Amino acid sequence: MPVPNISLYSRRRRRNSIAMTLSIGATLFGLAWLVLILAVLLWKGFSGLSLAVFTEMTPPPGSAGGLLNPIVGSLLLTTLAVLIGTPIGILAGTYMAEYGRHDRLTTVVRFINDILLSAPSIVIGLFIYEIMVYPMGHFSGWAGAVALAVIVIPVVVRTTEDMLLLVPDTLREAAASIGLPRSLMIGRIAYRAARAGMVTGVLLAIARITGETAPLMFTALNNQFWSLNLNAPIASLPAVIFQFALSPYKEWQQLAWTGALIITLAVLTLSITARILAAPRKST
Amino acid sequence: MSNAAANVRVPIATHTAAVDAGEMTEKISIRNLDFYYGDNRALKNINVSLYRNRVTAFIGPSGCGKSTLLRILNRMYDLYPGQRAVGDVKFDGEDILGPSQDINLLRARIGMVFQKPTPFPMTIYENIAFGVRLYDQLSKSELDGRVEHALRRAALWDEVKDKLGASGLSLSGGQQQRLCIARTVAVRPEVILLDEPCSALDPISTAKIEELIDELKNDYTLVIVTHNMQQAARVSDFTAFMYLGELIEFGETSRMFTSPNDQRTQDYITGRFG
Repeated sequence: MPVPNISLYSRRRRRNSIAMTLSIGATLFGLAWLVLILAVLLWKGFSGLSLAVFTEMTPPPGSAGGLLNPIVGSLLLTTLAVLIGTPIGILAGTYMAEYGRHDRLTTVVRFINDILLSAPSIVIGLFIYEIMVYPMGHFSGWAGAVALAVIVIPVVVRTTEDMLLLVPDTLREAAASIGLPRSLMIGRIAYRAARAGMVTGVLLAIARITGETAPLMFTALNNQFWSLNLNAPIASLPAVIFQFALSPYKEWQQLAWTGALIITLAVLTLSITARILAAPRKST
Repeated sequence: MSNAAANVRVPIATHTAAVDAGEMTEKISIRNLDFYYGDNRALKNINVSLYRNRVTAFIGPSGCGKSTLLRILNRMYDLYPGQRAVGDVKFDGEDILGPSQDINLLRARIGMVFQKPTPFPMTIYENIAFGVRLYDQLSKSELDGRVEHALRRAALWDEVKDKLGASGLSLSGGQQQRLCIARTVAVRPEVILLDEPCSALDPISTAKIEELIDELKNDYTLVIVTHNMQQAARVSDFTAFMYLGELIEFGETSRMFTSPNDQRTQDYITGRFG
């Protein structure tokens, strides 16, 4: 009978425990910062949370107020960006996964889309500034929404393509086998099978743009007052946080913390919803 | 290698596809058919006749081209670029491979059931009704009737009649496969292609599907691809044995399984290879 090589085995065990310790340490180090950030945010943000935050406008320096105009502005910009970006993203992703799967164009689009996906958002802001703000002569909510839409598109393209590619070809063949034209197969079968993943993609895109500041600085700018005019500068939470956090005024700094908390909670909610939707459905 | 089997073999006249047709009508005729995956010639000069209200089985070892041949009949290969069929395939005298053929209409007339059950991600009722609505405008009660009839034909009605609103994916594998058969039947095709329909199923579900095939042949022309020789012997009237992209032998199942003409058929049927 062969004798097990004990020294080889214990050496391997020793190495294993070293590697394990290192990876646990690295994980804890990374997590610690996240916990710290969340703790400080909760601590500083909650103390300023009150009804006034949701009912009053941003105040002039030195007086009390709320965040109603930036909250509404952010909701408006985000909604518009999603309305503009989602259809484009879904259609492009559909082309890539369903119609042009073997085309050269798809390879090219996928490559460019990946670049766009990781493009610094400030570059996108500058780009929209050049093509919209400068020719129009003023900052505007529309420019802000378009800048955010440009960030939404690659995220939605990516998830749509990935999710459609996960739909098995056997299902496409089954749809074809009863005489279903391709357009109906996509609209009624493939989308349905990929729905959870595609919705998740849109939610992730929303989470991504909710905290974007840089592209808005060049486009929607900011607005101290209540305004729903999309042809004029409009307030948004990230822009207000940026402005107020850098200011020397106590009330503004407090509002910046509270705004940051609101954004974080919103993104957290979206991410958790996305995770729940993306989780494999339990078979019943 | 022993040649005992060869001695047992009963020599009979060379068999061609058209022989034994008797009064049967040829539903689909395949003549001089070649198939290419890119440059790879996967089928070589295939000649087979598929007769109305008969079950024809395609058998042969993996990779011999039997599924490929099946997928030509409803032009499923059209979904993929680089695949092409060359030759003459006629369906009631109508050219299947020609450019004027409307593929969606063709597929409504030649249905298909796949190896893995492929219910659509919708309710049991919708799985059936979906295909029906494509080509028929029916009232709610007519549609209900079509759904029930299809599910009864697939011997699934009693098991699902109280949960038509449940997801098709909630059924067991065998039930899902019968749902797919019901879905195919509901569209009222003339021919049903079955691509190893039982290979993912347990013996009880398999027996149910085989019974079903026997019953469906009264109304439809069936073609089944199977790896299971016993299954081919049980359910089919005609058998085509394929090997390396060629049709080796075609004839009535009873004769093919008792006295095959070709040594390779004999070897395959007796389990010597494949």
